[in-house]
Amino acid sequence: MERPLTEHIRPGQAPPDFAGYARLGGYEAARKALLEMSPAEVIEAIKASNLRGRGGAGFATGLKWSLVPQGENAPRPRYLVCNADEMEPGTFKDRYLMEGNPHQLIEGMIIAAHAIGAETAYIFLRAEYTVSERALRKAIAEAGEQGFLGKNLLGTGRSLEIHLHSSAGRYICGEETALLNALEGKRAVPRAKPPFPPQVGLWGKPTIVQNVETLCNVPPIIARGAQWFQGLSHSKDGGTKLYGVSGRVNRPGLWELPMGTTMREIIEEHARGMRDGYRFRGVIPGGASTDFLVEEHLDLKLDFDSVAQAGSRLGTGTMVVLDDRTCPVGMVHNLELFFARESCGWCTPCRDGLPWVEKILRAIEDGNGVEDDIGILRQHARLLGPGKTFCAFAPGAVEPLQSALKYFAGDFDRHIKEKRCPWK
Amino acid sequence: MLNDSEQREIEEELSRYPDKQAVCVDALKIVQRHRGWVSDEALKDVAALLGMSPHEVDGVATFYNLIYRRPVGRHVIHVCDSVSCWVMGCGGICEHLKARLGVGMGGTTTDGRFTLLPIVCLGVCDVAPAMMVGETTHGGLTPERVDEILEQYP
Repeated sequence: MERPLTEHIRPGQAPPDFAGYARLGGYEAARKALLEMSPAEVIEAIKASNLRGRGGAGFATGLKWSLVPQGENAPRPRYLVCNADEMEPGTFKDRYLMEGNPHQLIEGMIIAAHAIGAETAYIFLRAEYTVSERALRKAIAEAGEQGFLGKNLLGTGRSLEIHLHSSAGRYICGEETALLNALEGKRAVPRAKPPFPPQVGLWGKPTIVQNVETLCNVPPIIARGAQWFQGLSHSKDGGTKLYGVSGRVNRPGLWELPMGTTMREIIEEHARGMRDGYRFRGVIPGGASTDFLVEEHLDLKLDFDSVAQAGSRLGTGTMVVLDDRTCPVGMVHNLELFFARESCGWCTPCRDGLPWVEKILRAIEDGNGVEDDIGILRQHARLLGPGKTFCAFAPGAVEPLQSALKYFAGDFDRHIKEKRCPWK
Repeated sequence: MLNDSEQREIEEELSRYPDKQAVCVDALKIVQRHRGWVSDEALKDVAALLGMSPHEVDGVATFYNLIYRRPVGRHVIHVCDSVSCWVMGCGGICEHLKARLGVGMGGTTTDGRFTLLPIVCLGVCDVAPAMMVGETTHGGLTPERVDEILEQYP
């Protein structure tokens, strides 16, 4: 099986330097794009590959790039931003790519910048990823020395500078318009949409924001073609996916597998099933902001559409497993505590609603819950849902809550009736 | 007053952005790297350099988790309390840290050696529970392992 994202990554070893990556065929795709392909041809190739954004939302990458205004009078400059602010709880995939093969990300950015006509790009990296930061700084310097960054790239007359911005930490920075405010040196509150960043982004200019894993897919698509990329997948979304599992499984970890691999295969074969003495009860499939799935969903294909049809989201594709010896109410409380703490405070439903949810869950967990609490929680799941708040933060926050109320209703009731947490 | 190297590092950052204010977060981080935290006085100096009001800069400084507006210990411990670490028992790790250091979350040991803070998912969920001390992340924590790690930070 081909693994275009991770084939050159050797865990525990230093990542390939420029020469090492070039020996493995690296930068051939950037050379091809810069010397042989027009921006429109690059965008067409990405569209044909059906690459969907790996940051969680799954927006079609080629389509996004085509939204940047074209033509003589189109606004300039335009910017490319790599979203490397991996802060979704349970997610550890972009770190692996940046630490393991930073040149592939840089190459993807060079091709993406060519496609959208950007001469300045930023990598927005979370501060805690210090190993990634060192690897990326080295890769940027090496690519510059070899003529792939800077002025007059490979003699084409085009320029590209990549700047690395290490953030100061806040989950909301991962929301693309909040990220733009953060890059502008402001409080990272989201912006009203529309206008969308491809038209009005960083400093009011057209801006494309892409996740690390998305950009790492770009060089292999350009090098080996859209059809090859489609063929890697078990679903209609192209390519492979970095799937992860954490929780009480035998082998927590990360695997690059065909997009659309089933949850059962990932948990039972790759993560080698549950640890002795623990049974599977459920999973949040793609980070903290996704709905729980349970045993009946184990044969679900993990691609964007299949997971959506089951009532959840693929999100980041990194699963957190709930076992039978862990309290589901406690787990949801932990998730909502995180969301209440990280809410940026810009809009009232999120700022006031999430702490209320967190307090009720804590009361239930501590044995102080009352029957009406369930109704209040359900009401919040509705009132903080899509369309009711300024950005997607609160709707994401209530996804695990609403699904826990559905799948673990009996556990909530037991807490309230017995006035204690049965797991303590 | 910002010292020469702080000033120089901030000016270097200015070349990366088309707008002065964009350097705000970087400037605060530079000051913090030199002094350990961002005092009111340093904040006013950053504001003056970037043509912002001190209140604007404070609004930015207090928004981000990793800008310290109060003095911290020589080593800051960020212990992850997000969901994967919670499932794997970070509650016990937090309790152990508090007991061993004799401080609560947000506290600094009396000898000024450690400050203890909670942090959002550190992105090493495959080796949960985890914590970051200074700039280094440590996974696979047990109370014994925590004790060994702390010994490495005098």
